[in-house]
Amino acid sequence: MTKTSETTGYNERLEQKLATIFAGGHPKYHEKMKESNKLFVRDRLNLLFDGGEYVEDGRFANVEAGDLPADGVVTAIGKINGETVCVMANDSTVKAGSWGSRTVEKIIRIQETAEKMQVPMLYLVDSAGARITDQLDMFPNRRGAGRIFHNQVRMSGMVPQICLLFGPSAAGGAYIPAFCDIVIMVEGNASMYLGSPRMAEKVIGEKVTLEEMGGARMHCSVSGVGDVLVATEEEAISEARRYLAYFPANFAVKPEKVAGTVAKAGRSLEAIIPENQNAPFDMYELIDQLIDEGSFFDIKKLFAGELITGLARIDGQVIGILANQPKVKGGVLFGDSADKGAKFINLCDAFSIPLLFLADVPGFMIGTKVERAGIIRHGAKFIAAMSSATVPKISVVVRKAYGAGLYAMAGPAFEPDVCIALPTAQIAVMGPEAAVNAVYSNKIEAIEDPKERLKYVQQKHQEYKEEIDIYKLASELIIDEIVAPHELRKVLSQRFAFYETKDLPMPYRKHGVFPV
Amino acid sequence: MTALKASMAGTVLNILVAEGDAVTAGQAVITIESMKMEIPIEAEVGGKVEKIHVEVGSFVNEEDTLLTLGE
Repeated sequence: MTKTSETTGYNERLEQKLATIFAGGHPKYHEKMKESNKLFVRDRLNLLFDGGEYVEDGRFANVEAGDLPADGVVTAIGKINGETVCVMANDSTVKAGSWGSRTVEKIIRIQETAEKMQVPMLYLVDSAGARITDQLDMFPNRRGAGRIFHNQVRMSGMVPQICLLFGPSAAGGAYIPAFCDIVIMVEGNASMYLGSPRMAEKVIGEKVTLEEMGGARMHCSVSGVGDVLVATEEEAISEARRYLAYFPANFAVKPEKVAGTVAKAGRSLEAIIPENQNAPFDMYELIDQLIDEGSFFDIKKLFAGELITGLARIDGQVIGILANQPKVKGGVLFGDSADKGAKFINLCDAFSIPLLFLADVPGFMIGTKVERAGIIRHGAKFIAAMSSATVPKISVVVRKAYGAGLYAMAGPAFEPDVCIALPTAQIAVMGPEAAVNAVYSNKIEAIEDPKERLKYVQQKHQEYKEEIDIYKLASELIIDEIVAPHELRKVLSQRFAFYETKDLPMPYRKHGVFPV
Repeated sequence: MTALKASMAGTVLNILVAEGDAVTAGQAVITIESMKMEIPIEAEVGGKVEKIHVEVGSFVNEEDTLLTLGE
């Protein structure tokens, strides 16, 4: 920095202030971070932004306090993949990343900036929560912490909002991840909880570890609050950069098309799909044959694995895929899979990402357990989200699509732009076995000779299968097209390109009453 | 000791291992029939099959223990 006169020494004074700010909290907290494989907030930002470059607002917040550099949060503007983004990043070396009044004001301001500029907003969270000593200045007021969540909700679907969770996200702070489009969590360090294990023991008498109650793996596999589980902070940052490449800056523009690649080398779809409707297979192998190699971004991979949701590219075009996974729970839809599907559809529809549904679904789960858990209202969420989505929707019936499973996977009644059947497709209210039992159970039981009974059942199965033959459905214009499996990738690529100009007016109303 | 639990309600269709067998993580050990589908149940960790708690034809509810694995 240029030297200034001894009387004022203004540059020297500035330099000294900046040095304390860039140093963050006490060295012992930096040491602690290193021990838990955590990076200092400014090192995180260097990795996150293109070229490690960013500009910062409110850098001097609480500079007079001496021990609160930047008031424990860095708010910055920089570029990711060449596109502008706004970021707030907690500094856990400063009072454990807790929020004081200026911390909160800085977060609110960077959100307002992201909204005005219509660019993505990233939250790098590592915070113990509210600074109780400052509560009147940061908790209940108009520009208190509540405003952060209010802003998140208003900005939802306007610009992408991403949470990278590096440490705790405690109490009210746990709503930052909850209101984001996606939450990336570092295993072993990231956690979310409303009340800490210590509080749980005091208030309700439960003894539990942090990992069990609010750890990254638990949230990514059981609660579904987390979306992507990673091993290191570096991986979290590279995944966030990779994720953003699928998205436009805001809802008003479309995702960028890039040069496509070929699909991964592998078996043909004909070889992958078993002809026996009831036999399991790995849907991931099929997806690999449809998309550009290496382009899949799995969302909630460890949660409700019976439904696969992820972003991908076909010939460079961004799409969102929802696919039943016959290998996990037979591909049957449960409450959790319905929630997973609904959130993913909302995400894609908000940012003009076309949807591909790959159906191989026996239906929604039945039985006491799921009925008591409200599978009907969970299923309604999924169907409502799919039904309201106005982006291009292609429904492909891979094998079976029974009952409400056909509806959830964008069946013909829900205005997909096309409903394609593979020759292995079977569309019906229920499968042949269940249907014959339902309709003819009295007659079947009345036949005493076991051989005769079997013969009768087999005959009825045959009749049923003829009734739901896929060419009959095509002839009745129920499905729009039958495609040979090995041609599916090409057909999808062509059709997504044709549907690019799809533009539906929104219905005249404020909003639907969304089932929850 | 690890309990391997049923991922969903259904009927035990096949038991692919016997007590005393060594299994590896990811190996299918039991098949459940549910919703007319065959559902492979895979061992989450490797180990020795200590006890099988079900037989072919048993109805199991979600979260019921199917077998226990030891070291």
